[in-house]
Amino acid sequence: MKLTLKIWRQRNAADKGRMASYELDDVSPDMSFLEMLDVLNERLIIEGDDPVAFDHDCREGICGMCSLVIDGTAHGPQRATTTCQLHMRHFKDGDVITIEPWRASAFPVIKDLVVDRSAFDRIIQAGGYVSAPTGSAPEAASIPIPQADAHDAFDAATCIGCGACVAACPNASAMLFTAAKITHLGLMPQGQPERYGRVTAMVDQMDAEGFGGCTNTGECTSVCPKGIPLETISRLNADLLKATAKG
Amino acid sequence: MSLFSEGEPIRDTRAPDGSIKGRWDQRRFGGKLVNPANRRKLSVIVVGTGLAGGAAAATLGELGYHVKSFCYQDSPRRAHSIAAQGGINAAKNYRNDGDSIQRLFYDTVKGGDYRSRESNVYRLAQVSVEIIDQCVAQGVPFAREYGGLLDTRSFGGVQVSRTFYARGQTGQQLLLGAYQALERQVAAGTVEMFTRHEMLELIIVDGVARGIIARDMVTGEIETHTADAVVLASGGYGNVFFLSTNAKGCNVTATWRAHRKGALFANPCYTQIHPTCIPQSGEHQSKLTLMSESLRNDGRVWVPVEKGDTRKPADIPEDERDYYLERIYPSFGNLVPRDIASRAAKNVCDEGRGVGPGGLGVYLDFQDAIARLGRDAVAGKYGNLFEMYERITGDDPFEVPMRIYPAVHYTMGGLWVDYDLQSTIPGLFVIGEANFSDHGANRLGASALMQGLADGYFVLPNTISDYLAKGPYEKIDDDHEAVVEARASVTDRIEKLLSIDGDRTPDSFHRELGAVMWEYCGMERTEEGLRKAIDRIRELRAEFWSSVKVPGENEELNQNLEKAGRIADFLELAELMCIDALHREESCGGHFRAESQTPDGEALRDDENFAYAAAWEYTGEAPVLHKENLEYEYVKMTQRSYK
Ligand SMILES: Cc1cc2nc3c(=O)[nH]c(=O)nc-3n(C[C@H](O)[C@H](O)[C@H](O)COP(=O)(O)OP(=O)(O)OC[C@H]3O[C@@H](n4cnc5c(N)ncnc54)[C@H](O)[C@@H]3O)c2cc1C
Ligand code: SF4
Ligand code: FES
Repeated sequence: MKLTLKIWRQRNAADKGRMASYELDDVSPDMSFLEMLDVLNERLIIEGDDPVAFDHDCREGICGMCSLVIDGTAHGPQRATTTCQLHMRHFKDGDVITIEPWRASAFPVIKDLVVDRSAFDRIIQAGGYVSAPTGSAPEAASIPIPQADAHDAFDAATCIGCGACVAACPNASAMLFTAAKITHLGLMPQGQPERYGRVTAMVDQMDAEGFGGCTNTGECTSVCPKGIPLETISRLNADLLKATAKG
Repeated sequence: MSLFSEGEPIRDTRAPDGSIKGRWDQRRFGGKLVNPANRRKLSVIVVGTGLAGGAAAATLGELGYHVKSFCYQDSPRRAHSIAAQGGINAAKNYRNDGDSIQRLFYDTVKGGDYRSRESNVYRLAQVSVEIIDQCVAQGVPFAREYGGLLDTRSFGGVQVSRTFYARGQTGQQLLLGAYQALERQVAAGTVEMFTRHEMLELIIVDGVARGIIARDMVTGEIETHTADAVVLASGGYGNVFFLSTNAKGCNVTATWRAHRKGALFANPCYTQIHPTCIPQSGEHQSKLTLMSESLRNDGRVWVPVEKGDTRKPADIPEDERDYYLERIYPSFGNLVPRDIASRAAKNVCDEGRGVGPGGLGVYLDFQDAIARLGRDAVAGKYGNLFEMYERITGDDPFEVPMRIYPAVHYTMGGLWVDYDLQSTIPGLFVIGEANFSDHGANRLGASALMQGLADGYFVLPNTISDYLAKGPYEKIDDDHEAVVEARASVTDRIEKLLSIDGDRTPDSFHRELGAVMWEYCGMERTEEGLRKAIDRIRELRAEFWSSVKVPGENEELNQNLEKAGRIADFLELAELMCIDALHREESCGGHFRAESQTPDGEALRDDENFAYAAAWEYTGEAPVLHKENLEYEYVKMTQRSYK
């Protein structure tokens, strides 16, 4: 099939950036979205143009590196699917596709479609862990965990840290990402001792990074490739309330 | 001119003597310790933040050393370990099914086809039990039984249930545990994190590893980082084949640069080809996706009996299907080990009986399982895998059999290390998939995660202290001649790559190299093919350095410059892999030489002549082979049989 791609081009953080248009023939429906961009880039190199920079690594939907806003939707039209797992059979001949980076002031553009998401690492640094130095662990079987809790904790722990939730949120809030970690650790006995300190520190860091507040629009969960539910945010808020009450 | 020469054998692996059970204790007791107050004066560079590097950096930070940690991704959490699906082995014997440290040790040595070092493997089995404790304490959400205790499953053809798992995302959950521990140390100030940084050279001063040259991938700045010791945890080199199940950025640069500076590279030809991957769909293919091995528990593998049968699978009657694994291996059937299943698939495709585009695929059929267990039960077990398959191929495995084909998955070879995980360069330690230890010629399922975490959490932090106790070493200034030389070699190479301005893209070379390697150094190797490959690789390398086109500049994010540097290293490694494969005139584990097979086509080992690890020395011309003889005191060498 033939496609027209409208792609955000920006040389570096200082550049203003603009949309540029490219035509591609011969796109196979079996290609992944990123393979389609590979084909474009191979052509641009030979023609002496600057290829389009985009982040990716595993191309299996698990590393969280890929990050494109496709036709206005973070990770594109297929639900619960990362950009790298999206295939061209979801588009048709003659389509015009716009491709943009995550947009949020806490995620500044580095080049073209590549943004800086190091703010997420700093939120984890603030408290997204259990303090368990190597060697200090008790025998694994001494900590039984009800299957349902382990199950729910796992669901929250599947967050891949991609940042689509931020890109989709009208306030560019990082609530869903932060809440996923709060929920994962908060549901497990190992996470209890640090539970309230953790929520306060992580939320403070989120604010310090310049992410917006959460107004419950739910856009985040609808683009989340791992289906992290909004209940995680309620859980975070409940913990935060208790933490504040505790002072 | 001969392709290689032979040098002195390796005599000392630094493994303690005495009963194998006590060696690790003995080593820990024998090693020198560093006084806690002195640790912050000692610095360690760790390249890589996967299970091995992430765990090591976090642990060294907790101990109080000053750590500098590097990865090429934008966050340490994205290292390739994140993609591991199946699980992690440990000899906990929670099932009371006869497992023990001895059995895990035995299975690993046997699975490795008697080409690994007994002392290391025994230690791995010992440490495995502590890993699970550590991960649980960090909050890793492993699968649980109704009673709340940890669940396990059996994996990769072993008879005990010792694989711990977190649904199909075990690697992700283990890595996030290590990542969080690492970020805790970043917050504590013991670990300095350098993301989007690529190590491009090793700094050696007076024969000792003292630092690295790294490129800031955002600004292009070439940075010098010095330390008292350097740890490489940079993963495997499966991407030399271009198409593999590895993440796109996986590369050999860190270890290859160290090899060029004197670290021996062991068993480069040992690669693992995984039988159940989604086949290539066209020329544009950029990577291959693994489908969990667990599918073979219920799926039946077949191809049409007749060559060139283009009927839809549903139209092919039962008696015109060849369930070839069940036919050839009646006792193991569809559950034969990875190397055997892969080669059998290649054989039926070579006979012209493969299915799908290009005839490079075999069916993995769930019809019988659906009839026997019901659709819901099958969906319960494999639902997420079926969805993943459908997302990629557009076919629903409930309706049409899956198509699968083998793909490169893991590399057992890597930098040679002694019992302390130290390479032949003092002060340079190598852990995880980047080293050659533990798996011999073939790795068992769920054992890479175990090795990465064993090395990172428990082995390296202990063994490295013996080395660091001799420090702190003299400070190295930026104008030291060794630093100047290392920096110059990096900047010269970058300038050269950018100035060739030829007419072929870096990827086009990588694809071509991959095709050569897959054809001649893949599932089946012959002397004739390997010689052809070596000639072609040399030509391709010359073409690369005269006609590659790398766009842009150094002083910016330049993904093609990154690629080109990695491909240049793959083009050198590939030749060494072929030489290693050529010299090893036996079949063992993942290495199948067509000239060395039993009358019924199975791999035939030659213990008399090849029971050694082949460690190669870089010379710039023909490499020099150093043999480490492998002695088996505790496991008796036998021929594997799965019939
Ligand atoms: C799809 C898939 C499924 C798997 N499933 C399983 C399983 O179920 N069980 C199992 O036991 N094993 C499994 N494996 C194997 C296992 O995942 C790997 O062997 C293991 O995770 C490797 O860990 P590592 O820490 O050695 O390296 P990696 O996780 O590969 O990490 C390498 C690190 O090095 C960094 N790096 C590399 N080069 C440079 C450089 N030049 N400069 C700076 N940084 C660099 C990277 O940024 C990264 O942080 C699987 C592998 C694949 C591909
Ligand atoms: S919550 Fe979902 S969208 Fe947000 S970072 Fe995690 S996986 Fe991505
Ligand atoms: S590239 Fe890893 S999630 Fe898309």
